Amino acid sequence: MEELGKKKWVALFVGPATLIVGLMLLYPSIHTFILSFFGPNSEAFVGIENYIYAFTNQTMLISFRNNLLWLVVFTSLTVGLGLLFAILSDRVRYEKIAKSVIFMPMAISFVGAGVVWKFVYTYRPPGSEQIGLLNQILISLGMEPIGWLIQGPWINNLALIFVGVWMWTGFCMVILSASYKGIPRDQIEAAKVDGATEWQVFRFVILPHMAPTIAVVATTMVVNVLKIFDIVYVMTNGNFRTEVIANRMYKELFQYRNFGRASAIAVVLFVLIIPVIVINIKRMRGEANE
Amino acid sequence: MNDNKITKIIINVLLLAIMFVWILPTIGLLITSVRPAADVNSSGWWTVFNSPLKFTQFTLENYRQVLNVNNMNIAFRNSFIIAIMGTILPVSIASFAAFGLAKLRFRGRMVIYGLIVGLLVIPLQLTFIPILRIFNTLNISGSFLGLWIAHTGYGMPFSVFLLYNFFSTLPDDLFEAAYIDGASMWTVYYKLALPLSVPALASLVIFQFLWTWNDLLVALIYLGGTQDVAPVTVRLANLVGSYGQNWHVLTAGAFISIIVPLIIFFSLQRYFVRGILAGSVKG
Repeated sequence: MEELGKKKWVALFVGPATLIVGLMLLYPSIHTFILSFFGPNSEAFVGIENYIYAFTNQTMLISFRNNLLWLVVFTSLTVGLGLLFAILSDRVRYEKIAKSVIFMPMAISFVGAGVVWKFVYTYRPPGSEQIGLLNQILISLGMEPIGWLIQGPWINNLALIFVGVWMWTGFCMVILSASYKGIPRDQIEAAKVDGATEWQVFRFVILPHMAPTIAVVATTMVVNVLKIFDIVYVMTNGNFRTEVIANRMYKELFQYRNFGRASAIAVVLFVLIIPVIVINIKRMRGEANE
Repeated sequence: MNDNKITKIIINVLLLAIMFVWILPTIGLLITSVRPAADVNSSGWWTVFNSPLKFTQFTLENYRQVLNVNNMNIAFRNSFIIAIMGTILPVSIASFAAFGLAKLRFRGRMVIYGLIVGLLVIPLQLTFIPILRIFNTLNISGSFLGLWIAHTGYGMPFSVFLLYNFFSTLPDDLFEAAYIDGASMWTVYYKLALPLSVPALASLVIFQFLWTWNDLLVALIYLGGTQDVAPVTVRLANLVGSYGQNWHVLTAGAFISIIVPLIIFFSLQRYFVRGILAGSVKG
C-alpha cells in the first residue's frame, strides 16, 4: 500500500469517531471543569465556592448520605441475591426459566420500573380500600398501611433502593452463574466426600474460586449506584429527603439554573466514579489479553 | 437421604419465592392496565382473581386514552425515531473506527484508541452544560438531530471498545491476502470484516438500541420541555408528575414503554445477555 492512500483511509475510518468523542465528551468535560469555578451564569470567577457548597450544604449532605446508603444496601443485596440465585438455580431443572424471570427487569427502563413499583407502594389512609400490593399485605397481617415513599429517612430510601435491586440482581446473577459453572465439579464433589457440610463447601471451595468475579460485579454495582438518577426522579423527585447526587445536579441545572454549582456537582460525581471504572477497565483489558 | 430431601425442598421454596416476588409487580401492572378506571381506584388488581373468567371486567379503554389523549402514540413513534438513528449512527461510525484501529497499522493508533475508550470514565453529567449551550446556539436542542448527535457521542467509546476487541481477534493473514488480490480498504472492510462481525454487531445493536430506548436523562436534558419530540420515557415520567394517582393511565403508559424491550428480551435473549454483560463497563 502506498503511504498517501493509507493516510486517507485512516482518516476516513478513524476520523469521524475521534472527532465526535472529542466534541461530545472530551471538550465538554474540560469546559465543565472550568465552569465549576464560576458563578451561576458562568460570568464571575468564584474560586472553590461551588465545591464548598457541594460539601457543606444541608441538601447536598443528605444526598451524599443517601448515595452511601444506596452504595451499601444496593451493592450487597444485588451481589448477595445474585450469588444465592446463581448457585441455587444450578440445582433445579427449571434453571433457565428461573434465570429469565430474574433477568427480565434488566430489559426495561428505570422509568417503567419506577411506575411498576410506585404502584406496588401505593398508600391509602387506613380504613379505605388499599390498591397497593404491599399495604394490602400489611393489612391482611393486621398491621397499619405505611407510606412507603413518604416515611423517611429509612423506609422511603430503602423502598427506592429495592427497585434498583429488582432491576440489577439479574445482571449479577448471570455473571456470577458463569463463574460458578467454571468451578471444577470434582473439587466440590471431593470436598463433599471428605464430609464437608454445604456451608463448608461454599465457604472453602466455592467462595475462593468466585472471589475475583464477585469483586468485579460489586465494583460495577458501585458505579451504577453513584450515577443513579431515574428511579429517584420518577418515584419521589427527591422529595422527603430521598435525593441523590445525580438528582441534585439535575435540579441545580434546570430548576435553579445555577451552572456553577451544577458543574461542581458533576465534577464531584466524576471524581467518585473514576477509580472504580479504572479498576473495571483494567479487568476488561486483562480478559481481552488472555 | 432424608437430609437431602429437606435441602431440596428448601432450595425450591426459596427459588420460587424469589421468582414470585420478581414477577408479581409486572403482572399487577399488566392486569391493572386492562381494568376500568373505577375498578382500579376502588379495589386491588388481585381482586380480578375472585372471578377470573368474567371477561367483562377487562377493557382496553386505558390504552385508548393514554395513546390518543395523552399522546403516547406520538411518543412511541418518537422513541423509535430516536432509538433507531441513535443506534445506527454510533454503531456504524464505531465499526469504521474499530476496524481502522485494529487492522490498519499507523502511528498514534494506540493513542487514539486509548483516548476514545478512556472516555468511558466520563459520566454523562459532566458534558451536559457545554453541549446544551452549543445545541442552543445551533438551535438543535429540542430536536431529534440534537438527540441523535448526543447518543452517537455517548455510545461511541463503548461501541469502539467492543468492536475493537472483536476485530483484534480476526487473523491479519485474512486481510493481507485480500490486499494482495488488489482489494481496496473499503472492499476489505465491507465484504470481509463487516460480515464476520455480525455476531458482535448484533449484541452491540441490541445493547445500544435498548440503551437509547430506555434513556430518560439524555432526553430530558436535550429535549427540555419540547413535547412533540419526547420519547415514551419522558412522556411517562411527565404522566407520573401530572396524573400521580390515576393508575389506570399510568399502568397502561408503563406497559407501552416496556413492551418493546420485553419483546427484544424474549426473542433475542442470547444476544441481549451478551450485550448487557459487555456493556457493564459503559460509563
